[in-house]
Amino acid sequence: MADRLLEVRGLRVAYASDRGPVIPVDSVDLDLDRGEFLAIVGESGCGKSTLLYAIARLLGPPNAGEIIGGSIVFRGQEMATLDEQHLRHIRWRELSVVMQSAMNALNPVLSIGSQLEDACRAHSTMGKREIAERSQDVLRLVGIDPIHLRSYPHQLSGGMRQRAMIAMALLFTPDLVIMDEPTSALDVVAQRSLMKQIRELQDRLGFAVVFVTHDMSLVSHFSDRLVVMYAGEIVEVAATRQCFDNPLHPYTQGLLDAFPSIRGPKKHLLGIPGAPPDLARPPAGCRFAPRCPQRTERCETPPPVVEVDGDRVRCVLYDRAEVAV
Amino acid sequence: MSGSEPLLRAVGLTRHFRIGGFFRPQALHAVDDVDFEIGRAEIVALVGESGSGKSTVARLLARIYRPTRGEIWFDGREIAGLRSRKQKLSYASEVPMVFQDPFSSMNPAYRISHGIERGIKLHRPDLARRERDAEAERVLDAVGLVPASETIHRFPHELSGGQRQRVGFAQALAFRPKLIVADEPVSMLDVSIRIGILNLMSELRERQGVSFLYITHDIASARYIADRVLVMYGGHLVEEGTTEEVLQRPKHPYTQLLVAAVPDPRAPLGIADASDTGEPPRVVDPSEGCRFAPRCPLAFDRCRVETPLRREVGAGRQVACHAAEPDELLRETA
Amino acid sequence: MSAVTATIRPARPRPGFGALRAVFANRKALVGSVLLAFFVVLAAVPGWIAPYDPTAEIFRPALGPSSHHYFGTTAYGQDVYSQLVWGTRQSLLIAFAVGGLATVLAVLIGVSAAYLGGLSDGLLSLVTDVILVIPIFPLVIVLAAYEKNAGFATLVVVLGALGWSYGARQLRSQTLSMRHRDFLQAARVRGERKLYVIVYEILPTMTSLIVATFLGAALYAVLTAAGLQFVGLGDPNSLSWGTMLYWAENNEALGAGMVWWAIMPGVCVALLGAAFALLNYAFDEVSNPALRKPRKVTRG
Repeated sequence: MADRLLEVRGLRVAYASDRGPVIPVDSVDLDLDRGEFLAIVGESGCGKSTLLYAIARLLGPPNAGEIIGGSIVFRGQEMATLDEQHLRHIRWRELSVVMQSAMNALNPVLSIGSQLEDACRAHSTMGKREIAERSQDVLRLVGIDPIHLRSYPHQLSGGMRQRAMIAMALLFTPDLVIMDEPTSALDVVAQRSLMKQIRELQDRLGFAVVFVTHDMSLVSHFSDRLVVMYAGEIVEVAATRQCFDNPLHPYTQGLLDAFPSIRGPKKHLLGIPGAPPDLARPPAGCRFAPRCPQRTERCETPPPVVEVDGDRVRCVLYDRAEVAV
Repeated sequence: MSGSEPLLRAVGLTRHFRIGGFFRPQALHAVDDVDFEIGRAEIVALVGESGSGKSTVARLLARIYRPTRGEIWFDGREIAGLRSRKQKLSYASEVPMVFQDPFSSMNPAYRISHGIERGIKLHRPDLARRERDAEAERVLDAVGLVPASETIHRFPHELSGGQRQRVGFAQALAFRPKLIVADEPVSMLDVSIRIGILNLMSELRERQGVSFLYITHDIASARYIADRVLVMYGGHLVEEGTTEEVLQRPKHPYTQLLVAAVPDPRAPLGIADASDTGEPPRVVDPSEGCRFAPRCPLAFDRCRVETPLRREVGAGRQVACHAAEPDELLRETA
Repeated sequence: MSAVTATIRPARPRPGFGALRAVFANRKALVGSVLLAFFVVLAAVPGWIAPYDPTAEIFRPALGPSSHHYFGTTAYGQDVYSQLVWGTRQSLLIAFAVGGLATVLAVLIGVSAAYLGGLSDGLLSLVTDVILVIPIFPLVIVLAAYEKNAGFATLVVVLGALGWSYGARQLRSQTLSMRHRDFLQAARVRGERKLYVIVYEILPTMTSLIVATFLGAALYAVLTAAGLQFVGLGDPNSLSWGTMLYWAENNEALGAGMVWWAIMPGVCVALLGAAFALLNYAFDEVSNPALRKPRKVTRG
């Protein structure tokens, strides 16, 4: 248990819309150990980004979401109800965030060096020389020549910008780095390079990563465990390899099937026709049932969460209590 | 390709953009000297990363841009030089385009039917109002938006991204096209929806004999539906061939890099370690020489001074690389 | 078409009615609409509402408010209340005429500049910026002074010709941001002519901005026209709130105890202006959902 870094229980987030309250994160449980790479996978609207920002306590305008229930225990401390002052101690020193699009997250009128300096000053009392040294160290860490401390974001390539964001996140070598689709704006070669870099840094510095993405195949060779989200709920948690070799939940199976392979035999794929439910009016039973090829009448009641070989699945198909002999 | 005339043929297609200020003008070489052909009822994938020039090629074919140099021949006519409105309309109906972003490809102020009916009105003015409506329903049906009579009255914001893309294809179908230029039609859609659209393109090719120029950065999807693949890098066409050939036995170092970088969850761990960080090519006032040379593990002196021209290295196989080995040579050494 | 179908879900309410409903649900819009409706009624049928002929100098001058004269009488023995009611017509007419003229000009110049681009844009923007920078009031005074006692038509033309530039800038920006939207490219690709694209594809997506421009111009017209008439540049024999202010000022109404005569025309100008301003805000909120206040979430 000394290894447990993050424990989320029953987390619920809601935000207001003109259709009524929407619950993008509905009773989510999550565990994370030190140095672990956890990937949260799901499509648009499943709530994964909201979950991420809730954990980092970054909800508010413009997303305007609110945590309305549950707990987030980080390094033994309850974060869900922590006030701003205490949060500031944790932010960046123990927990940092890498946003989706560096071009949006980096200030276009400040040099990289100034932005690193800003972060240092906001979270520590480091002197000018210490800041300069640390900035150079951290850029070298991600493979950027320290000369770029003077560069502006638009002068760097997309891949370099993302790596600069990661450098900023590592300024205080936090225990946990949260990443929201940091590679989605990059091309496939740059993506692969960045993923490798993240994994190498992780091995070197020992931080844990929570990585949100819509692209399952991206994390297939890098993450330790995989969490699959659908319509605000977690539908499967498994070790990565196990999830790809033997996906349990029909949604996970459908998702894996939706990636045409580049090697091996070609086969006709079906994808998952249909669309996710409206989170302002979620269905009463299993949320995936309307699109599920293995749907039965039992799916009209909310499915239980079942443990199968160390994995967790939210599906009535694995409910041992009802398994017909 | 056999003796039949290809549907579309691009010869020496080039497009430069003027950038920079008044005092220091520069030329951005978006597309340089590209040749390719598209046959009837054929799906050709144009693969490349951002900055490769693939979207510019699409826009050149759609006549949004005029080529700086080079020609595009369609059905025996050269299209860059089209003059009369009638000829331009005729081409526009035979080669429509489907756009990438389902959220901005339709005018939000009008119903779905608007774009389709305007298109029909422009290109088949002989049809009466009722026939137009029937035709609109027919194409919506053909792309799987059922029931079509309901869809016609919807506004774009009432449909999902995948459904909107289908409408985009319906609009193109309303023209009775021979070739549809699809510019990254699935990149902005959820993964589970993409297959549906790709299957739709395949079906249209099977049932209606429509050719596609499928532009994408996702090679796996290119493999799924394309007959042939064209690979672009830095404005140049660097490799060409049938899909299986190019993807299983890539000859150009860039294609090899691209294929190795594609994550395949079903593949075992530890696929080729790419140390390449994906730095983009130089296309502003580029010098002579291969544009991939700075990143190429096989680059030698000649690569840096002489731009490689495309040459045949097998049946229907072309590569623009000084280091690529032709098939016969490989077979000899094997 | 088995595996490729994508069933359409049942219809949600159409945006047309949605917008109207949103307007009436919005408090600002409601107040603004009520105010405007009130003045429109006054302007439409003044004869039914005003008890007396506004120009008739038949009463005892400088009377205070009473049940016969709600706001008393002027220094010339006219009923202030009747004057206010009859004066509404001119103010409202100016508001709509100038609003309309300015909006048409703003749309023509702003949208064309953005869509045509290049040299045309440069020239049109130059003209827009020059007009924008010129201080309106002094210029209008100079222009109006050329024609002694500027009549209604002159006022409309002068105000309209000078009041379009702000709207033109906004419309130009909006069009610029839309110029590369795919559906516009799609329209050109399928063969539509440029003029068609401007009128039928671009303008319909900017209706709320156009309406906002109109409301803003109307507001500007009401205030500026009243100001001009107050200064004496309008036709002093016309029947409007501004001329009432002029005559009240001439007769030192405030000092002489004819308080209501001095104040009420100004209050009416302010109320009508407020009506346009409130509708303007409300329109912004309707067209930009980000400005709307969402319903609060309940814990549970």
